[in-house]
Amino acid sequence: MTASIPQAQPASTHIAPQADHAGSALNWMQRIANLRARLFLAALIVGFEIWARLSFGGTFILNPFNIQSIAIFAVAPLLLATGQTFVIISGGIDLSLGFIMGLAAVVAAHVINWATPGMGFPLAVLFGALVAVLVAGLPGVVNGLLVSRLRVPPFIGTLGMFGVARGVAFLLAGGTTVPVRNEFFAAIGNGKFLNVPYIVIITAIFVVAMHYVLSQTRFGQHNYAIGANARAARRAGIDIKWHLLRLYILSAMCAGLAGVVYSARFSAGAARAGEPLLLDCVAAVVIGGASLFGGSGTIFGTVAGALVIAVIQYGLVFVNVEPFWQFISVGVVIIISVLIDRAQRRFTGGRIDE
Amino acid sequence: MNSSAEPLLDVRNLSKNFAAVQALKDFSMVVRPGEVVAPAGDNGAGKTTLIKAISGVYKPSSGEIRLRGEPVSFATPQEARDKGIETIYRDSALADNLSIGANIFLGREPMRKAFGFLPVLDRKKMADAAKSTMALLDFHVNRMEAPVSNFSGGQRRAVAIGRAVYWDAQILIMDEPTAALGVPEQRKVISLIHQLKARGRGVIFISHNLQDIFAVSDRIVVLRRGVQAGERKISETTHDEVVKLMVGG
Ligand SMILES: Nc1ncnc2c1ncn2[C@@H]1O[C@H](COP(=O)(O)OP(=O)(O)O)[C@@H](O)[C@H]1O
Ligand SMILES: [Mg+2]
Repeated sequence: MTASIPQAQPASTHIAPQADHAGSALNWMQRIANLRARLFLAALIVGFEIWARLSFGGTFILNPFNIQSIAIFAVAPLLLATGQTFVIISGGIDLSLGFIMGLAAVVAAHVINWATPGMGFPLAVLFGALVAVLVAGLPGVVNGLLVSRLRVPPFIGTLGMFGVARGVAFLLAGGTTVPVRNEFFAAIGNGKFLNVPYIVIITAIFVVAMHYVLSQTRFGQHNYAIGANARAARRAGIDIKWHLLRLYILSAMCAGLAGVVYSARFSAGAARAGEPLLLDCVAAVVIGGASLFGGSGTIFGTVAGALVIAVIQYGLVFVNVEPFWQFISVGVVIIISVLIDRAQRRFTGGRIDE
Repeated sequence: MNSSAEPLLDVRNLSKNFAAVQALKDFSMVVRPGEVVAPAGDNGAGKTTLIKAISGVYKPSSGEIRLRGEPVSFATPQEARDKGIETIYRDSALADNLSIGANIFLGREPMRKAFGFLPVLDRKKMADAAKSTMALLDFHVNRMEAPVSNFSGGQRRAVAIGRAVYWDAQILIMDEPTAALGVPEQRKVISLIHQLKARGRGVIFISHNLQDIFAVSDRIVVLRRGVQAGERKISETTHDEVVKLMVGG
């Protein structure tokens, strides 16, 4: 494919600036595409607010309880989606995250129960959380090796780990949920600071840290480059295998943290803790502005994407609509999102190579 | 140009075999500072093999490569690049989603400390370096933060050349740098090559288009089935003569 920018320029050996007028007409298109999650979010909030006022004279978004519930709703999918954002930007996908989350939840429950008598409440929680996140990293190592060394397509490799992590999690849990006996853990999962739940605070701090990694470090920069043009990245001397290994470990550990947060909230570990969240996390990333072709996306976009899903899910319950409409609404938003992405690519020239 | 200047690159009796195929036989050529040399030949004559042997992609079967008089041998393209031999690939070697500066620094990004402790990418340094490098090539862009996908094919090729120049490449190898570009864009690339000449770089220029070769090169080295079949100064030869050398007879 060749350049799609008009080249109606006098033939001159002097190089004239051409990019500026080439960009201006397309700029707003790109900007809308980049901000689509935030626009969706604003539209949804306004929509539900109007709906709430018209149908029962109440407020939707000005009610602190609603805000809190939406935030809690969004925590686990957002943690998964944070790791998924990195993977999707690199041009891959991680399908194992849901069950890695379950695995981590079960491991956290077991280890905390085992350690509490010896270590006391807070230390056991710290230890259990650490072990759970590290154990979650193991399937990430396998994913990373499969994708980077053996060149297994991410879709297939992580689908394999999806099965393995699922099986191991169920085996460790003995097929049921594992209750946690640790009051400190339960307090973290359900307590609040200045009316903000601890798990929301933890998630917010983590998300900001991941935003830093993606936008301000070499690792993040290389991630974008690999997603856009892996060959160019290799030619520039980037060690792609090493990058991909660390990438899949990172995303698995994000799921590990999600598992720990889950078991704190419910005082129990369950193998299927993350089962319904896998598609939500991919949806959050895509709605958040990332392209499944790789090369684009941001953490804050994903935050907005996760909030869009949470607002839809909670909002429909709030205005008393049958819950099945959630699936339809989220599905419609995903499709619109992808269509915007495609249109944007067409206009700004998603060139492959020439 | 100045045929008495010490060669930047001196290729001596280079051979390369692929199993039974001898793609390059006892091939020799030199590139001097500020000189554009065009290896030319029919399809399969060995041009690509030659530049891959020079840039560290292939290990020569025999022969010698000297850089400023010193014998060198590269195990990888990275080693060649570290010594100042840069290849501008015909398919873009850019990350389209990143800015010019980020592309110039890809793989060796500069860092700075935010708030005195937090290491962050030094985007200002990248943008400044991009601006000054591109200005050096007489290429002026205002929106330094725009991803290079916003630019035209010729401009993107200029970015790839700018990257090589920024990292102080002494020898630029260009395999079909004007391929798949519109005519105005081709002229831009040609003018970029003139800029490189003026800055004392050596350029190895490969093109199917004799017109282009005659427009930018100082010398043409003809390859025929892996053998050096003649060498001419552009000012002292004609299309006809070159074609005859290429097809033999
Ligand atoms: N990797 C390879 N393996 C085997 N034969 C090769 C390889 N690369 C090139 N050749 C052969 O070497 C000869 C020169 O090819 P090449 O250098 O690509 O020529 P040119 O670039 O001038 O068209 C051809 O006969 C080609 O078939
Ligand atoms: Mg060739």
